[in-house]
Amino acid sequence: MILPKGVSLQDFEAALAEFRKAVGDEWVFSSEQDVNLYRDAYSVMWGEPDEPIPSGAVAPASVEEVQAVVRIANKYKVPLYPISTGKNLGYGGSAPNMRGTLVVDLKRMNKVIEVNDKRNYCIVEPGVSYFDLYNYIQERGLKVMMDIPDPGWGSPLGNALDHGVGYTWMNYRDHFGSHCGMEVVLPDGEVMRTGMAAVEDPKGWGDNKYGFGAYVDGLFAQANFGIVTKIGFWLMPEPEHFLACKVKVQNYEDLVPLIDTVNYLEDQGIIGHPRYGSQMDPLMLMWEPQTYKPTPELLELNSRPGGATVEEYTAYARKHGVEFWNVTCNFYGPKKTVYANWEYAKEKFSAIKGATFEEMESYPLPISEANKNKMTHQVALGIPNMSVFSIGARSDMTPDPGDGHAWFAPIVPRSGEEFMKVHKVFTQMARDMNITNAPIAVTNVPQTWQYRTYVALFPVFVSRSNKELNKQTREFFKAMVLEGAKHGWTEYRAAPAFQDLVASTYSFNNNILLRFQTHLKDAADPNGIMAPGRGGIWPKRYREDKS
Amino acid sequence: MKKLVVISSILFGALASNGALAQGAEAAKIERGNEVFQTWCAACHAPGPGHPGTQALEYRYQGAMPGALEERNNLAPEYVKYIVRNGLFLMPFFRHVEISDTDLDALAAYLARNNPR
Repeated sequence: MILPKGVSLQDFEAALAEFRKAVGDEWVFSSEQDVNLYRDAYSVMWGEPDEPIPSGAVAPASVEEVQAVVRIANKYKVPLYPISTGKNLGYGGSAPNMRGTLVVDLKRMNKVIEVNDKRNYCIVEPGVSYFDLYNYIQERGLKVMMDIPDPGWGSPLGNALDHGVGYTWMNYRDHFGSHCGMEVVLPDGEVMRTGMAAVEDPKGWGDNKYGFGAYVDGLFAQANFGIVTKIGFWLMPEPEHFLACKVKVQNYEDLVPLIDTVNYLEDQGIIGHPRYGSQMDPLMLMWEPQTYKPTPELLELNSRPGGATVEEYTAYARKHGVEFWNVTCNFYGPKKTVYANWEYAKEKFSAIKGATFEEMESYPLPISEANKNKMTHQVALGIPNMSVFSIGARSDMTPDPGDGHAWFAPIVPRSGEEFMKVHKVFTQMARDMNITNAPIAVTNVPQTWQYRTYVALFPVFVSRSNKELNKQTREFFKAMVLEGAKHGWTEYRAAPAFQDLVASTYSFNNNILLRFQTHLKDAADPNGIMAPGRGGIWPKRYREDKS
Repeated sequence: MKKLVVISSILFGALASNGALAQGAEAAKIERGNEVFQTWCAACHAPGPGHPGTQALEYRYQGAMPGALEERNNLAPEYVKYIVRNGLFLMPFFRHVEISDTDLDALAAYLARNNPR
């Protein structure tokens, strides 16, 4: 049996008994078999003594039950770790930061409170998934469009609280940025609401983020100041038409003017999410197997640590008649407008010598079932699916699949020059450290979800049976975090095993940002029961253990 | 003798009725299993492109058997239950708040419905 650090067996059992009274016997899980279902299936620590396996789990069904759980936890000093749908795979899954923390599983709190398609917002509970919200909207014929991440089984609330991102229009892609008001159970068990939700009869919960006073919502994302039990989001009204067009450029160096042009178009609202691609990017070959097909020659180039050289990929592209880079631009709006915007975009892209253009998809909205089924990127219209799990699944690219991955995801400024530096630095590291379990190459494309910055994303594959591989993965990951930080590229999100390290890279003025959060933590959570270690923030009782 | 026939008829009727009930219960279980599959499994394991579980299994079996789980006729219920609670490669395990033991029995029965009996 795994106990929470600093909690006696007697106290833990007394706490479990009280949790059972609060939420019902069947919603408290403490047997090894049941608790194991809360391990991180993609853990880089799998089977090791420090793997953050919880001590148990409790699944409340209401905010009142969450309050009861938090109060009991305070009484017995049992550390808690809230999860929403528990599907944050690659960034920690359903497991806590610290071994022995008890998971508060909010999946049973699965009500869509409201969707308003006149003022374009929704209010949801943590256990609602993107699939659930989409179905709710479709069944009622509501004229709003969600912005969603790749895996549809995630929680809008949980995703936003880990700064998750999506694929449609500008600000909607930043899921925390597009939230509007929340309800939180604080570490002492009190319920607080923020923004316009903080008034007695909230009429503007989903409309106005700030209300009056300090904006504290950020304390509940990638941090440990409470359990969020309801949240509002701004939604995009469903446009009349969707158009997706591809621009192809021929040379590695064309990435610079390509990015500059896309930025110009995107920042004035001409295009939505730009989706960069390369026929030779080892990650895209896994991600979009229907679009990008490997040849034996390409598999060989990509099998080398850090991939091949720019010259070798250029020669491959010429030989096979494929472009070096492409970008799919998504247009949303009235049909006349989106086509006019595409014409304008083509004029701008034409400044790049050799650029070619292709109209990919054009659909009136609401989309028909037939068009939906043939869409290349359903996420561009907020249609949840699970196709992203082709990354690392058995294929020509991955004939011997691993057991998951940890996402390496540093933030990079939106410039071609900077992204080429990313290529240089990380491919060299892969060569130096002989890394072949990560798709790293100079053909990696920027991920543009965040709207104003890029993420230089790639997965590092892990194993549930090969501890040596996981050790190498951790060492490589940590080295990349530190090397990236030297260049100003720090992570936007990371699995718990790396959160202390990532927090340490936000190091201005002797890590004052983390020191300030720690100061607040000690005031707001004196018993240190709320998600110890989340975001690199440790309560006093466990800081003393760590030192 | 007449009395014996009457008793036999009653017994036979009861057995037949129990059989029909059992069949009805099995059909309901399979129907529930179908719902569980559509909710939790289909996004990865339905037929066609965009379903990574199906793609991975098609690659693995190379035509020897279908990649789409609903088309299989050799999935042992105990195997299905084991994989759902233990995961396999990229597929994570599922918690009780997602798929209860009762729903898991139904799911396993649904995926085994085509197995030879």
